[in-house]
Amino acid sequence: MELLYSLCVGVMTFSGVFLCLRGRTFPVVVGLIMLGYAVNLFLFSSGRLSLTGAAILKKAENYPDPLPQALVLTAIVIGFAMIAFIVILSMRARADLGNDYVDGKEPPGTPRGGDVHRSKSK
Amino acid sequence: MSLFWIPVLLLLGCLVPLVAQRLGRNICTGMTMLAPAVALAKIVSLAPQVLAGKTVTEYFQWMPSAGLTLSLRVDGLALLFALLILGIGLLIIFYARYYLSANEAVGRFYAYLILFMTAMLSIVLANNLLQLWMAWEITSISSFLLISFWSFKSESRKGARMALTITGAGGLALLAGMLLIGDIVGSYDLSKVLSSGDTIRDHALYPVVLTLVLLGAFTKSAQFPFHFWLPHAMAAPTPVSAYLHSATMVKAGIFLLALLYPVLAGTELWFFVVSMTGLMTFLIGAYIALFKHDLKGLLAYSTISHLGLITLLLGMNTQLSAIAALFHIMNHAVFKASLFMAAGIIDHEAGTRDMRKLSGLWQFMPHTATLAMVSAASMAGIPLFNGFLSKEMFFAETLEQVTLGSLSWMIPVLATVGGVLSVAYSLRFIHDVFFNKEPDDLPKTPHEPPRYMKVPVELLVVLCLMVGMFPDFMVGDILAISSTSLLPNQPLPDYSLSIWHGLNLPLLMSVVAILGGLLVYAYRQRLYRFQSQFSETDAKLVFERGIQGVVAQASRLNNWLSNGSLQRYVGVLLLLVIVVTAIPLMQLNSAAGRVPHQSVNGIEITLAVLLCISAVVTAVLHKRRMVALITVSVVGLVVSVAFARFAAPDLALTQLAVEIVTVILLMLALFFLPQKTPAESSPVRIVRDLAIAALLGGIVATINYAMITRPLDSISDFFLANSKTGGGGTNVVNVILVDFRGFDTLGEITVLGIAALGIFKLLTRIRLAMPSANDKGIAWSEDAHPPVLVMISQSLLPLALLVSAFIFIRGHNLPGGGFIAGLVTSVALIQQYIAHGVDWIKPRIKVNYQNLIAWGVLMAVLTGIGSWVFDRPFLTSWFDYFDIPWIGEIELASAMIFDLGVYLTVVGATLLILANLGKLTTEHRPTVRDE
Repeated sequence: MELLYSLCVGVMTFSGVFLCLRGRTFPVVVGLIMLGYAVNLFLFSSGRLSLTGAAILKKAENYPDPLPQALVLTAIVIGFAMIAFIVILSMRARADLGNDYVDGKEPPGTPRGGDVHRSKSK
Repeated sequence: MSLFWIPVLLLLGCLVPLVAQRLGRNICTGMTMLAPAVALAKIVSLAPQVLAGKTVTEYFQWMPSAGLTLSLRVDGLALLFALLILGIGLLIIFYARYYLSANEAVGRFYAYLILFMTAMLSIVLANNLLQLWMAWEITSISSFLLISFWSFKSESRKGARMALTITGAGGLALLAGMLLIGDIVGSYDLSKVLSSGDTIRDHALYPVVLTLVLLGAFTKSAQFPFHFWLPHAMAAPTPVSAYLHSATMVKAGIFLLALLYPVLAGTELWFFVVSMTGLMTFLIGAYIALFKHDLKGLLAYSTISHLGLITLLLGMNTQLSAIAALFHIMNHAVFKASLFMAAGIIDHEAGTRDMRKLSGLWQFMPHTATLAMVSAASMAGIPLFNGFLSKEMFFAETLEQVTLGSLSWMIPVLATVGGVLSVAYSLRFIHDVFFNKEPDDLPKTPHEPPRYMKVPVELLVVLCLMVGMFPDFMVGDILAISSTSLLPNQPLPDYSLSIWHGLNLPLLMSVVAILGGLLVYAYRQRLYRFQSQFSETDAKLVFERGIQGVVAQASRLNNWLSNGSLQRYVGVLLLLVIVVTAIPLMQLNSAAGRVPHQSVNGIEITLAVLLCISAVVTAVLHKRRMVALITVSVVGLVVSVAFARFAAPDLALTQLAVEIVTVILLMLALFFLPQKTPAESSPVRIVRDLAIAALLGGIVATINYAMITRPLDSISDFFLANSKTGGGGTNVVNVILVDFRGFDTLGEITVLGIAALGIFKLLTRIRLAMPSANDKGIAWSEDAHPPVLVMISQSLLPLALLVSAFIFIRGHNLPGGGFIAGLVTSVALIQQYIAHGVDWIKPRIKVNYQNLIAWGVLMAVLTGIGSWVFDRPFLTSWFDYFDIPWIGEIELASAMIFDLGVYLTVVGATLLILANLGKLTTEHRPTVRDE
């Protein structure tokens, strides 16, 4: 079980990292979601894998570690907020800049100054 | 009156001129002088105690927990400096009244000046090294403001910047030195540091400490090779130069040397470095001063030269030399301040400071000329004036030197050479300006300045004369007591402050200096011709070029590192992560730990395979964005099943709800974003990214495996044991969220709210084209709200709300709680938006989601604050059980109100995000006025 679990986390990390390295906003967002899953599962497993019981007093004989569960619960919600923010940011970027590139290059056909980062540093 | 009133009063005094400047210059000047005058009175009132040998110290516990104590001390040395700073400062304020013209920002000028005075005084009164350093830095900053007071002039700005850079850099070195001293002694308290001289000198780090402290002192006191900033600081208004370069700023470095003299001096290293630096500065300054045509330039280099002289005195290994140094500090402050003021008067009344244009001013301003002559004679070291006495002591001490072994005879010879040059440039100052020939080329006809402009100069000149003639009466006591600060725990050596010591070698050196000076001045034209063969380098240009070079290099590096490519940043970061994690993993012998593995069944394997395939498919097919979205949501679903499998029902519920919301969000976003990613990554890049991703995936999997196969030592037993008794709930996860770690949760819902508000702001007035068809050209369905969906979702709504209420209420004891309930409610409401459309919802749900977030966070905060009413720490929870007829025993807990706040925030945030995003597809687009 432990081996299988770690393998899944590894595969998700692989997929997430690869997507994060793409040059457009949407794959990066999907990559971050994927990485988020991997990270949450990773953190969750720091309480070790417990196949029985629940962190409810008197309802089970053995209790899994409740602390990682509480931390991951808030991490899921905050992760959602972060993903939402990035999604909307990429929409706004598309609206204001006319493209969805995140690789710093100006795509052909973009009007000059379309890249906020470059125009600021001048 | 506490000592602390001195800096506090002066700080308040900074504001006085700003307020008083509209009352006219005279009143403004008078009121500005009040604070320094009171401070001076306080210092003078302490003088009898200090002169009696007592050190007045006061402590103020600032942050005892961090070991930070503010403390002030007045000993002999501090008394001497405080008198100079405040006394000359008052004269400068008075003088500036006449120097600055009516249309200048007098209030601002005085404010800077008082700020500088405060900082300077805080240096000399500090009884704590860090406090001293802080004040030291403030002098750098406030002198920057003063030097750049005429900021419309390029040279003022450049001069100020140079001064700030050099003294600021020295300040950093000094900080390092002070930290080391604090580390060695174990305290920053000056009283302790001063009594630990042997500890510091014997410490292995002593050379480092000494170098750092000397760097700080030498940059501040314009010692060679850091002297070049001082002449450029002359771009300041003359009162500033008179103040900064006589009694303050540059004397701060000297003060530091004198202050730490009992701790750092006494070693070969100190004597060699300090005396050689001083000697070099003394000679170079005096030599260059001779060739300066600008009055203030001449005075600037003579200041450098005299600072070198004092440094040289402090660097000599005799006790008398330390006393001579203190004596010269006083004398130099007095005559240099008066000379600068005289130069200011000449500039003011003749319209130029160029000695090639000035001449024969005696007939126009005999009074000023007389004053200047006295001060210049003092600077040259002519008998009967104060400069003579300390210079005589200096000559006497150079004869005692053995630092250079058999070459030690060079020191008195070079000192005499410096003396010759001093006499020559002092002579030039007087003769070129006041005599020489009839003036011909002056911008305006010179005349005597206003009566009161001369008063400060007169006072100082009288001091020069009085000290020069009755030294023991005037300064004998304070010199003796300030010398004990430098030479503690030992009887002062015998010395006599008198004009006539009989015919001796020092007197001969003085005579040689005076005669030599006359000779040099007589043949000055030849010297000028010789000097003109050298190409003169402007330190300002060199410095600016250096600065520009550094800036260019820095921006080149910055542009290279930060080229705007997210891929590059992420790539670099990930490579770093690989390096940092791979190295320790290689040292781990085996990934598998001792914990026995748990068995796996078929369903679990199937789900894992599904997850892995979906994850890989997402990566492979990411260019078809809709497909990627579907596969990533499959991964999310399997993750929530995994949470359920591994005994985390709360997490499974949360993940499931978040999954739904995320997918809706991404679908909405995809509506506005391109449907496909064009193939644009080069094969090299794909291989490289695959390699990074695979490596990291492998590393993470290994770490995870290594972690979960090792035994666990958790702090959770505490939570399990106290959840029921302390938090009143049996669902430990929920109790941790709302009680044990409630403060974290409060922070997290605040972040959630901020993110939602940020998104709302990003969505307002967004200009996005709405595609009318999908990427294959198929038009969107006309039937946006199918009746079946409408019917089902509407009938589901009450049920869903009931479920969320149930989940919320039972959350404290069974899986559920505010987060999950909030998400369930959100999903139910979003479903209504999807089914009915915004037009239908808008008149029916009139909830302002922003307010909902605000109420939620506020409720959580108030619950926390509520425990203060019962004199408990923030967020202490309360609970009790009530027996209600028909229903039975129920539990009420304050944590439930907190959880309600969480609930409201989650609902508000989620709906604020999704509803507003959804509104983009309708005419109810978010604008600033809307909602």
